[in-house]
Amino acid sequence: MADEPLILGIETSCDETGVGIVRGHTLLADAIASSVEEHARFGGVVPEVASRAHLEAIVPTMRRALDDAGVTLADIDAIAVTAGPGLAGALLVGVAAAKGYALAADKPVYGVNHLAAHVAVDTLEHGPLPEPAIALLVSGGHSSLLLVDDLATGVTPLGATIDDAAGEAFDKVARLLGLPFPGGPPIDREARAGAADAIPFPRGLTAPKDLAAHRFDFSFSGLKTAVARWVEAKQRAGEPVPVPDVAASFQEAVCDVLTSKAIAACRDRGIETLVLGGGVAANSRLRALAEQRAAKYGIGVRVPRPKLCTDNGAMVAALGSHLVAAGVAPSRLDLPADSAMPLTIVSV
Amino acid sequence: MLVLVLDSSTPAVTAALAEITPDAVLPRAKRSVVDARAHGELLAPQVAEVLAETGAKPTDLAAVVVGLGPGPFTGLRVGLVTAASMGQVLGIPTYGVGSLDAIGYAATHPRSDAAPEIGPVLAATDARRREIYWAVYDLTGERLVGPAVDAPAVVAERARELAVRVAVGEGAHRYADVLGLSPRAGLDYPPPYALAELAADRVRAGAPGDQLTPLYLRRPDAVAAAGRKPVLQ
Ligand SMILES: [Zn+2]
Repeated sequence: MADEPLILGIETSCDETGVGIVRGHTLLADAIASSVEEHARFGGVVPEVASRAHLEAIVPTMRRALDDAGVTLADIDAIAVTAGPGLAGALLVGVAAAKGYALAADKPVYGVNHLAAHVAVDTLEHGPLPEPAIALLVSGGHSSLLLVDDLATGVTPLGATIDDAAGEAFDKVARLLGLPFPGGPPIDREARAGAADAIPFPRGLTAPKDLAAHRFDFSFSGLKTAVARWVEAKQRAGEPVPVPDVAASFQEAVCDVLTSKAIAACRDRGIETLVLGGGVAANSRLRALAEQRAAKYGIGVRVPRPKLCTDNGAMVAALGSHLVAAGVAPSRLDLPADSAMPLTIVSV
Repeated sequence: MLVLVLDSSTPAVTAALAEITPDAVLPRAKRSVVDARAHGELLAPQVAEVLAETGAKPTDLAAVVVGLGPGPFTGLRVGLVTAASMGQVLGIPTYGVGSLDAIGYAATHPRSDAAPEIGPVLAATDARRREIYWAVYDLTGERLVGPAVDAPAVVAERARELAVRVAVGEGAHRYADVLGLSPRAGLDYPPPYALAELAADRVRAGAPGDQLTPLYLRRPDAVAAAGRKPVLQ
């Protein structure tokens, strides 16, 4: 145990400033500062507000992580940082900080892919990932289905959203229903009192002709519009909006499409492991439906606990730990933040 | 005492080392590259280079001095977070200095062979969106007005009121016509040794370090990255 490398991870791709520390697959610290409340009144993340918050939060969050783990930067073997994808200005704060820490403490730095980190974090809870695996990553910023051949070197995108991210649809529907931002948790809560089959909302890109071109892609824009039309029709008619039923039916439509395509990808490739990640993976219905459907085909579902599904530094540290163990070379000190970093690149 | 000096408030990305003695600031090494789009890539390697050039280790540093701006935010933060993170690891104080103050200081403290300035000095850098960051200094380098961000025409008006005779900084070049002041060459960007001079007394006294807060001067554009489109068109 003690001779496994001690890895620190820094995450600033959106509105969470995260610093995590792991030893091998063991989580030692997961410190987070969030600017989510500053964004709430805008109904979405404001990039400049997020960047300013990262600059203020990075030093205290680092201090908390080191204190929680009971280590100093001198003890750390390598520093990993999210280099992309994400908000350009926000990423830059984390990347520049990681370089400052690495330079001053004379440690190697790894610029890593945020989405691969969402996959890697599961190793902290369930140990090494069987490869190949299929990963379904869904959050406010991304909705992707990936084939993970080798988490250290290669991830193949199978599909992604062609319009809104799944988490974005949760935020917009929550706003329609008068629920707070971010929309995931309140919709999950409301849905428990509603009927998932109350309203037949559309399932995007599941018709045969869509499947031909977009077998593993997602679309949530039409669903969001259908919910808006349904709610507005109720309001125009002067009838009360049954919030729990709308929440449950909307959530069911999202989870139905996400899980059916993820299971189809597993079956198509003969893969027995499905990993869920991203903020939407904290949704209780998504977890339940994925497990129920996967069980039918003998597919194992791995989902980290909700706190590790949302953006955090531990996931970056977990991927860094995997890269160090795999003998991947560190990044150069001029590594750029890349807001559009391709999925196929795990580390730069 | 060896100090690291950083400034990323303008298109010039600068890292330097200076030795602060009881009565002088001695330049040791300097890297400065003008590239408005690569602050994040350039700065850390530059720090490594100035350290290597002088044979110094990070643990030899006594303090970090950094330009607080004003400047375009994304680039500006690179210098500040680099200073803050290095200061945290090394357990050394970080001192913030106004980046325009460094230009103003250099303009009013010329080397002995340069002609003395006449009248107050305007220091201006490019704030994009057809505006400039600016401040006015008296002949001792004391700031009279600013820092502020305004359209060049507004600054021209204020500069006339303040009887400004000389303009320095890249913003003064860019908007020389509107400002009506012929800019002085050679002082386009914050000189690192002027930043070091402005922090030298605090370094010598071992004063407590600063919380590094950028001089933003503008509120963030309240435009959300997501959720802007109305649900129904
Ligand atoms: Zn994420």
